[in-house]
Amino acid sequence: MEKIKCECGHVNPEGTVLCEACGKPIERNQHIDGNEKNKLLNMRYEGSARRSQTKNRNIVDKIWIFFSSVKVGVWLIVLTLIASIIGTLLPQEMYIPQNVEPAQHYRDQYGLFGQIYYQMGFHNLYSSWWYILLIASIGVSLVICSIDRFVPLYRALKRQKPKRHSNFIRRQRLFGKTEAVKSEDINKAVSRLKKKRYKISEENGHILGEKGRFSRWGPYVNHIGLIIVLIAALLRSMSTFYIEDYVWVREGETKVIPQTDGQYYIKNNDFLMDVYDEKDERYAEAIEKTGEMIPSNYETKAEIYEVKGETIAGQDPELTKINEGEIRVNEPLKIDDISLYQASYQLNEFQKMSFKLHRSDDEDETPLGEFTFDMSDPKKEYDLGNGYRVEVDEYYPEFFMDDGVPDTKSKYPKKPAFIFFVYGPDMEDYEVNFLTIGANLNPHNNNQYKISVTGVDMRDVTGLTVKRDHTIPLFIVGAIIFMLGVIQGMYWYHRRIWIHPKEEGVWIAAHTNKNWFGLKKDLEYSLEGTEIKIPDDQQELK
Amino acid sequence: MDYVSLSSNFLFASFIIYMVAIFFFAFTIRDKNKPHKTSKAGTIGIIITIIGFLSQVGYFITRWIASQHAPVSNMFEYMTFFGMMLVFAFIILYFIYKVNLLGLFILPVAVVVIGYASVFPQEISPLVPSLKSHWLYIHVTTVSLGEGILAVSFGAGLIYLIRQIDQTVKSKKTFWLEFIMYSILSVIAFVVISTTFSSMNYTVEFQHSETETTVEYHMPAIAGPNDGEMMTDDKMSAWFKAPGWMNGAEAGRKLNSLLWSLLGGLVLYGVIRLVLRKRICAAIQPLVKNTNPDLLDEVAYRAVTIGFPVFTLGGLIFASIWAQEAWDRFWGWDPKEVWALITWFFYAAFLHLRLSRGWHGEKSAWLTVIGFAIIMFNLVVVNLVISGMHSYAS
Repeated sequence: MEKIKCECGHVNPEGTVLCEACGKPIERNQHIDGNEKNKLLNMRYEGSARRSQTKNRNIVDKIWIFFSSVKVGVWLIVLTLIASIIGTLLPQEMYIPQNVEPAQHYRDQYGLFGQIYYQMGFHNLYSSWWYILLIASIGVSLVICSIDRFVPLYRALKRQKPKRHSNFIRRQRLFGKTEAVKSEDINKAVSRLKKKRYKISEENGHILGEKGRFSRWGPYVNHIGLIIVLIAALLRSMSTFYIEDYVWVREGETKVIPQTDGQYYIKNNDFLMDVYDEKDERYAEAIEKTGEMIPSNYETKAEIYEVKGETIAGQDPELTKINEGEIRVNEPLKIDDISLYQASYQLNEFQKMSFKLHRSDDEDETPLGEFTFDMSDPKKEYDLGNGYRVEVDEYYPEFFMDDGVPDTKSKYPKKPAFIFFVYGPDMEDYEVNFLTIGANLNPHNNNQYKISVTGVDMRDVTGLTVKRDHTIPLFIVGAIIFMLGVIQGMYWYHRRIWIHPKEEGVWIAAHTNKNWFGLKKDLEYSLEGTEIKIPDDQQELK
Repeated sequence: MDYVSLSSNFLFASFIIYMVAIFFFAFTIRDKNKPHKTSKAGTIGIIITIIGFLSQVGYFITRWIASQHAPVSNMFEYMTFFGMMLVFAFIILYFIYKVNLLGLFILPVAVVVIGYASVFPQEISPLVPSLKSHWLYIHVTTVSLGEGILAVSFGAGLIYLIRQIDQTVKSKKTFWLEFIMYSILSVIAFVVISTTFSSMNYTVEFQHSETETTVEYHMPAIAGPNDGEMMTDDKMSAWFKAPGWMNGAEAGRKLNSLLWSLLGGLVLYGVIRLVLRKRICAAIQPLVKNTNPDLLDEVAYRAVTIGFPVFTLGGLIFASIWAQEAWDRFWGWDPKEVWALITWFFYAAFLHLRLSRGWHGEKSAWLTVIGFAIIMFNLVVVNLVISGMHSYAS
């Protein structure tokens, strides 16, 4: 590849805008950083030769050029930003009620707009291929931008010399000339710069004071952090790294924890939902205003069991208790690499219902027979003795009337209803009893026998999320690196001050990557009490 | 005196003290010396601001003691805290740059924010289980500080625009500048109107015909609920009904509040225009002529560089750590989370644009305005209008 030899003797790679050593603008490359029309030099990447500015031959070069442009990067960010906004206009599919047809829900709730929203796929916007593509492009842009700039920037800063070309000095934003200067004034300025922790280097009377160069690497460090976060997000789609499942456990029940190959079981000893006391003086006013109970705690008292020995098909495994504890919101329980989170609950689910059979005209309701219906072990028929028996014709766990026809909303016993056929020794046929909580819905009232509820057992159900997530450490590492990078780049500044002897006098130029105000203060401080003039800001905004 | 009333006295005191400080910062305009050199009025102004800030810290601590949890758990507490962080961020940047004018613009915004907070229910409310975590104050305070610092960049950007935009001719730019003024006036109008009506105990009740639930208006109804019937007599009846596509039982009431503030803002703006006989920003322009636009641009940029890492830490990193503990997922595309990401994207784009020529100065000042609008949107609209899962039990 062609090299550019500068008059200072340094050999620069092709595409260099400002000589790496002395900063002299290289005539034929000034258009790259748009210097030709401006008085001031563009110092963004030290005028170093970026790959994207030099190679333009094959498809790889073209892709490289595309993604290495900050302009493209910003456009990608802006597009993602706009897409993200669209996703918040209506609730995403995961936040709409579970039991409805999405297409219908969006149409009914939000009209034509909702329908279009749904048809465009915006109801699942954040997992759509194009949104993921946008995020991925940002990732690619991060990598290419960083590599494109970091390497030449590093070279240029490594090879810079204290002695700079006059042309470079004159075209800095902060620049000042002093005609005649005594050497002790320069020494004084240098020692004051040292006090401000500038590193001083010298070459034939040309002095460079520099500090905070490491802040230049901040952007690249934070980009590495972001890439790690994106990789972590990618790994989440693999089940080795990330698993999510759900388990409902009734009080008293022992259930296998999903995703553990049947190795672990959980027993729900008790589920608690506490509410704030409305007599509590502190919150009384707020509770009254809300008009409803405000929960203070959701908690599952759980026991964890591990399977010991071989499991034999058809036989209950032998369980050993390995852990016991409470699972609360904000306080998950961990077993191995699995975490259990308190995620949901169902209060007062029916566990058992007891009934008695008596004669319809008996005011004392003396039982002729009794039976208990166990929701977890429903029987088809109950023999009450003395020739009485009850056949369960229909059982509706969560009963409702669907256009006059009884039906169930779910298989969970939240509002059970029954159609019983009663057989008795003195009956030829059977009698129909239609029961639900608090109501006897018999089609006709001339039944000889009647079934009444004598008792119910209720229990709570806890809903737990089961998670295994090996990507979290990676996210944390990425986040930490990102934060370090941003802080490095934002809270420190790369400042350079050049003292450039010229004939009898001296030229002073200064550059910083940000916080010009601070640099000016450093200059004022170090030149105070000397004959040297404080450089002017050549770029005042009008 | 109990802690609750002590804390509200502290808050009220700081509200007044900030206004006094604004008064002193206003005096600095007449100072002939360079704006970033200290002036007597400016020094007094910043001292008073610090006193006000300490008083608000007093509010925060006493309320914390009273409620036994960090007072950042509802709209009133959060907005108040945001106002406090705005002042804190201003104090930091004041000591770096000594720009007195910044006080004249940031403190009024803080006062309006605190005034707006006071419109929301102020009782101490208990924490639902998902909020019971140390992350409540770790996350909320950091986000809020970050947003406060970012908002200072808006202050600097706004002064820059007022100073630099040509007011001799009418243009798009002058229109949008006036629009910013009008927006701030609308918030003020909202605070004034709702405080007035609530002190009069004004209530109108509507009943939804279908669900038979009722909704209470505390301002006269311009827009009634979509399918609501007025239950209260001898009060002004609604001029029209909220359109059907607006969802939720409270949609009508929210629309009504919005209309009141927009109309109120229009009245305020109209009166001010009549008095001034020119654009508001044209009237302010001569007052800010003394400032150095380069310095303003620098302050605006610097505020973003300081605020961005803080915001990232609080709004994305701490937020996801907490979400992981409370909701078992650190990221869930909840509107609030998405808007935090949008804010982050926006300032990331801003920082990258600053690398290119031509994005300094005016363009960058407009960007700080948009950034502030995004922050306020996330604080107000996302909380009040877009339904999210910031209520665990539902």
